[in-house]
Amino acid sequence: MSVPGELYYTPEHEWVAINGSTASVGITDYAQRALGDVVFVSAPTASSRVASGEPCGEIESTKSVSDLYSPVDGEVTEVNPEIEDDPGLVNSDPYGAGWLFKVQLDDASGELPPGLLSAAEYTALTKEESDS
Amino acid sequence: MTETRTGSAAAPPRRTPLTSVHSELGASLTDFAGWLMPLRYGSETAEHNAVRTAAGLFDLSHMGELAVAGPGAAAALDYALTGQLSALQPGRARYTMICAPDGGVLDDLIVYRLGDAEFLVVANAANTGVVVTALTERTAGYDARISDRTDDYALIAIQGPRAAAILAGLTATDLSTVRYYASCPAQLAGRQVLLARTGYTGEDGFEIFAAPWDAAQLWADISASGASEGLIPAGLAARDTLRLEAGMPLYGNELTPDITPYDAGLGRVVRLDKPGDFVGRAALAARAEAGPDRQLVGLIGQSRRVPRHSYNVLWDDAPCGTVTSGAPSPTLGVPIAMAYVRPDAARQAADPARGQLAVDVRGQAEPARLVELPFYRRADGAARRS
Repeated sequence: MSVPGELYYTPEHEWVAINGSTASVGITDYAQRALGDVVFVSAPTASSRVASGEPCGEIESTKSVSDLYSPVDGEVTEVNPEIEDDPGLVNSDPYGAGWLFKVQLDDASGELPPGLLSAAEYTALTKEESDS
Repeated sequence: MTETRTGSAAAPPRRTPLTSVHSELGASLTDFAGWLMPLRYGSETAEHNAVRTAAGLFDLSHMGELAVAGPGAAAALDYALTGQLSALQPGRARYTMICAPDGGVLDDLIVYRLGDAEFLVVANAANTGVVVTALTERTAGYDARISDRTDDYALIAIQGPRAAAILAGLTATDLSTVRYYASCPAQLAGRQVLLARTGYTGEDGFEIFAAPWDAAQLWADISASGASEGLIPAGLAARDTLRLEAGMPLYGNELTPDITPYDAGLGRVVRLDKPGDFVGRAALAARAEAGPDRQLVGLIGQSRRVPRHSYNVLWDDAPCGTVTSGAPSPTLGVPIAMAYVRPDAARQAADPARGQLAVDVRGQAEPARLVELPFYRRADGAARRS
């Protein structure tokens, strides 16, 4: 299972890449494996507001549906246009071509939003979930 | 993201004779009815499509096998089950049910008649204990012995249009003589098995009852023989979408102790015309007379949001039923669902001019079109349970 060291994670299995005042968001490799084949993603629309820890969309897979949570506060600037036609990108490349949306952060101070996990902390969390 | 559905295990799940084979293949294993079973090996959509277009290989060793033997076996099963098993020819099989005295379904079963006085009853894993207990009680007055043989069998299914061609290379048995819902003893890849032409996918295929110690070698030999035909291993996730497309009920979803066979549209398995009493006869006869107060229907979602188990079905914005199973259909490319709805709502929704059903998908009404089951029927024959 892949957990890139440069990303931050939520306990709900989203990843976030923070680059200055913008953030890219997707779901983790662990999450896509647990879900199975993703068939439909309802992501937040461009210019909508998202808030850290709040549901902002849903992910349908063959077996289940899951809420998508925003890891950060801000305004959505872009939604991955490829996902509509090819939701399987979330499975095949969860940290790359399977990204879901980008956010202009409210807090551009460079401070890390609260509640996010490092790669090591997230790895430990998934180990716990797998063992339980 | 948080999964809506969660599961937990009290006791460690049981392993089948093939569990380590699945692990070596990289399967995601899951606790299903107390057994550690492969959910998927890679993409469940690819596994589903392989069964529709080529073939898939399944481990079904969690299913319960009960032997019923003795001079009174046929009469005992006639009394214990809804079908007329005494009329079944040796070598043939039948889809039937075991009901409670109030007509509720305790399990749906496939019964294979192996000889005049020998039957094999295949039960769902979650219900094997219930079926053993009920059969033992119900057949106490008959000259028949019930034994739980679940641990004596590995069960491997090969399903799909290429299944017969793949097995043909491994057996001297002429497979064209093994009809749908028939079985015969056979040598397969040098191992003695019971070969049955049954399944739960809507495709042609076989279920292979083998000794547990032969299972891994059979799996390997069938896999090798089928690789060039497009055979891949398939898990429970694919099995569920395959049976849903084929309109086949799943115990726990479409069938429960609160459901009679008539509600499920399976009144044909209740043989009220057979001689003698059977458990549930009076209640089932009354239900046949009165007509069901709910009806199992097929729904096709008109948006991309999928109706799931337990969601409310709406008519005129008011609840008129409940979804029992729902999934994105890999074959049709749209959400499909089975649901119990009130017969009056089903009647009205059958006429598109009068409106449309909807499903309450987490607070939002998503329109759904009423369709006849099954959603999928294979082109070359009658993929139905006899």
